[in-house]
Amino acid sequence: MAKNKKSHGSGTNSNMMRNSIKKCCILFLIPTLASFIIGFVYPFCQGVYLSLCKFTTTSDAEFIGFENYVKAFHDASFVHAFWYTALFAVVSVVLINVIAFFIAYALTLGIKGSNLFRTAFFMPNLIGGIVLGYIWSMIFNGILSKYNTSILMETKYGFWGLIILMCWQQIGYMMIIYIAGLQAISEDMLEAARIDGAGSMQTLFRVIIPNVMSSVTVCLFLSLTNGFKLFDQNLALTGGQPFVFKEGGTIVKTTEMLALNIYNTFYGQNANARGTAQAKAVLFFILVAGISLIQLRVTRRKEVQQ
Amino acid sequence: MNKTKVGKTILSIFFAVLSICWILPVLVVLLNSFKANTFVKTDTFAWPTEEMFVKLANYIKGFTFGNYPFLKSVSYSFLITVLGTFLILLCTSMAAWYIIRVDSVFCRVCYYLFVFSMVVPFQMVMFPLAKVADSLKLNTPWTIPIVYLGFGAGMATFMLAGFVKTLPLEIEEAAEIDGCGPIRTFFVVVLPMLKPTLISVAILEIMWIWNDYLLPYLVLDRTKYMTIPIHIQYLQGSYGQVDLGAIMALIVLSIIPVIAFYLICQKYIIKGVAAGAVKG
Repeated sequence: MAKNKKSHGSGTNSNMMRNSIKKCCILFLIPTLASFIIGFVYPFCQGVYLSLCKFTTTSDAEFIGFENYVKAFHDASFVHAFWYTALFAVVSVVLINVIAFFIAYALTLGIKGSNLFRTAFFMPNLIGGIVLGYIWSMIFNGILSKYNTSILMETKYGFWGLIILMCWQQIGYMMIIYIAGLQAISEDMLEAARIDGAGSMQTLFRVIIPNVMSSVTVCLFLSLTNGFKLFDQNLALTGGQPFVFKEGGTIVKTTEMLALNIYNTFYGQNANARGTAQAKAVLFFILVAGISLIQLRVTRRKEVQQ
Repeated sequence: MNKTKVGKTILSIFFAVLSICWILPVLVVLLNSFKANTFVKTDTFAWPTEEMFVKLANYIKGFTFGNYPFLKSVSYSFLITVLGTFLILLCTSMAAWYIIRVDSVFCRVCYYLFVFSMVVPFQMVMFPLAKVADSLKLNTPWTIPIVYLGFGAGMATFMLAGFVKTLPLEIEEAAEIDGCGPIRTFFVVVLPMLKPTLISVAILEIMWIWNDYLLPYLVLDRTKYMTIPIHIQYLQGSYGQVDLGAIMALIVLSIIPVIAFYLICQKYIIKGVAAGAVKG
């Protein structure tokens, strides 16, 4: 991406042009930059600072160092949410990508009605997370009520329910990306494989999959970060239920994921826990940003190889 | 030859069945929106019998349910989505062009900050952001688009800047020689060339803002303003006796504009998703 155009700015015309554009800074750059500072830069910096403070609102912050982080690591509900989220992310990534890839592969074979099927598979993506959560909670409860139980009764129902929901929503999205990757493979290459006598399985594993590896990386990381950042669906489907009461009065919400755990710590009963909540948020940010950095590394390396 | 033909037909039938299963949940919601509350839970998958069928009662009830008219939420959702998307497209396309064409140290710093903001989850900034938005009076549907511009600037600027880089400079130089100032050059020459990426960005922003729950929930003054996701969450969450039938009716109503939008703009939506994924 970055290397395809080198700077043009050597000619006299460009320099003149650049200076005249520069004069319009107030119109071109300032609206976005000012909003960006209000909506991102300032809250981000304040968020980092607040994570080192004891506070109930932004104006009564009192610096206390890393105490919040220590508390966050000792919070049983946070640790549980971390492992629960990690497990969820891994299971959903595998299921979503395997199914999405095979649907995309089948829909590029030129079967009748491919476009119609694609339309149907992608449709759930346009429905928001909250609405999705309530649609599926109705469906799961409709099934489970036959067995006199509900999705809120057992952790495993909540877990697999959320997996099914996420598969339903995300498979169509990933399918679109895989289809774009599959369509970019040149006919010549497939033709060459055919002439060399490769069977369809051989073509799939030796020619097609290696050539869509860039789509695979994109989809893997996209579904991984989506899994880690999941909030709306989690809130609407189970809201963390069922709860387990641990010794010492801590409540572990067994189907609560990281984002929801942070939210609940911020806006729960105990306003004194907001420092801990902000520390959790910083840790959460480091985790998500770390995954994205690894992705950048991996995609860069792939680009060099090609 | 014949064998592959049979195989393709079988595959076609398999996917036809699978597609129907895929949209089944939405159809179940539609079915339940015509049932009385008690039957939604007990007979979720049954075809409504005479006893269960309530005609349009759920829809009528849904409109006024919970002391807040549903149509008000719908119009705020529309307002915020349209204003927010328009503001993001206008401002970030100007910013992206400025950053790439001026290319000073300051521009590069801004660019990397924009890229950085793409990996920051909302929970990281939500508490301070809600306070800042509150103190700056950005808590109304008319001003919340500024918050969306601020938090969503990263991805939009990044995608547009990537496209500006590929535009030939000669066209803009020609406009400059012909006496166009930078403002006219941008709006008359550059903006039309940006159209494909603008459509992709618009699709991604619309999908994000329309469905967003947490940001408007924390930023908006909730006693006065609600959006569709907030309204549905509020009905489900704050009532002891939840009227599932009415909620199903509201879900149907909130999905209809989305499906209409999808069927009309399908081509662009699919392109936008593919483009956003490659760059994001």
